[in-house]
Amino acid sequence: MISQRAIESFVGLFLLASIIALLTLAFKVSGLTSFFRPAGYDVTAEFDDIGQLKVRSPVKIGGVLVGEISSISLDPTSYKAIVKLHIDSRFKQIPDDSSASILTAGLLGDNYIAINPMYSENYLKNGDQLQDTHSAMILEKLIGQLIYKLGNMNKDSKGSDKPQSTEPPKDANSAELEKIKDVKKPAAHSN
Amino acid sequence: MMISHIASLGRWGMSTLQELGKAGLLLYRVIFRFPNIKKGFVLTLQQVYAEGVLSLLIIIVSGLFIGMVVALQGYHTLAKFGAAQQLGPLVALSVTRELGPVVTALLFAGRAGSAVTAEIGLMKATEQLSSMEMMAVDPFHRVISPRLWGGFISMPLLTIIFNAVAIYGAYLVGVKWLGLDAGAFWSNMQSSVDFHLDVVNGIIKSVVFGFVVIWISVFQGYETPPTSAGIAGATTRTVVYSSLAILGLDFVLTTMMIGGW
Repeated sequence: MISQRAIESFVGLFLLASIIALLTLAFKVSGLTSFFRPAGYDVTAEFDDIGQLKVRSPVKIGGVLVGEISSISLDPTSYKAIVKLHIDSRFKQIPDDSSASILTAGLLGDNYIAINPMYSENYLKNGDQLQDTHSAMILEKLIGQLIYKLGNMNKDSKGSDKPQSTEPPKDANSAELEKIKDVKKPAAHSN
Repeated sequence: MMISHIASLGRWGMSTLQELGKAGLLLYRVIFRFPNIKKGFVLTLQQVYAEGVLSLLIIIVSGLFIGMVVALQGYHTLAKFGAAQQLGPLVALSVTRELGPVVTALLFAGRAGSAVTAEIGLMKATEQLSSMEMMAVDPFHRVISPRLWGGFISMPLLTIIFNAVAIYGAYLVGVKWLGLDAGAFWSNMQSSVDFHLDVVNGIIKSVVFGFVVIWISVFQGYETPPTSAGIAGATTRTVVYSSLAILGLDFVLTTMMIGGW
């Protein structure tokens, strides 16, 4: 028969092991960091379309992780998405006229916010808002517009030699399309 | 002829209902009796040792191998789609949501539940329970209640350990053997596993399973016919009923929790 003292110490070890396992699950497996979030400051940005952006998506400058997204909400009057960025306090000197754009890691990867620093002498501080924002690139919209424009291009080349100016670029997607068109055209001519 | 069939059906229904009522009364007598805190604590500790600590070996070994085999299977399936990097999330989500609580509960029913039933059943068959009553020792305080609380406490702890061990088993196969990148393994896992939705919900499941398993075990032991065949039947029923209850409740709990995923 095992003594009561030994039983008590085994049960104590059992409890200790399960507490360690719970901490492992919390911090190593689920990456729970909201309890001790690194010190930093919050900045907001408004986007027309955030795509697949999620809370805790990364915020990067030049590909280097500088913070994460702490909340996403909808402005009830302008119907824009308000994204709150939590930036690590190590990165204090980000110019306040920097632009924020939503990019995709790889072709089908997760979205993240990239901040492009500009040249202002004033730095971002807690509660500031990033004014210059670029929405997420939605692949379906892009393909839709590409097909539409390609159809127009064929009509143009049949009708007259001079390509008629199409609608001016409205957003990031159509600006991107202009680039694609420019690349496509010389290739078509060379054939 | 027809009438006797209907009558036997009615008798079966009545006896089932009666069993359910007895089980409820047993639970009521355990929970709503004020325990002797000092003695009850010591006895419960002994049962945590018998039901929890002694089940640790089977839980750790099974967890390790289940994590390893899920990683191996998952890797070869994911590699076909060029998504082997997502092995971490696959293993962590399936283990914390489903495999951890369910497999631990099934093992717990087989390892600890059947032992509790056999022990209480033998105590009843050899009239130890009635002799306790003769000595003015309440068998509920002395035997039933510590076993119930011991199982109730042990089961979530075992599940947590199972989850952690299984994920490290997957790490062993995925990273050390198949050569995935350790950073991608952990960071993809952390970005898709949510502590509250996945880990805590899995632990809630294990609390429910632990309660049901140990309740069935204690009740089957307490109500066993006092013969050796009776004890054998009661032990079998414990494992069968517990397994069915675990799998059925798992479906119900999953449908309740799936909203957040």
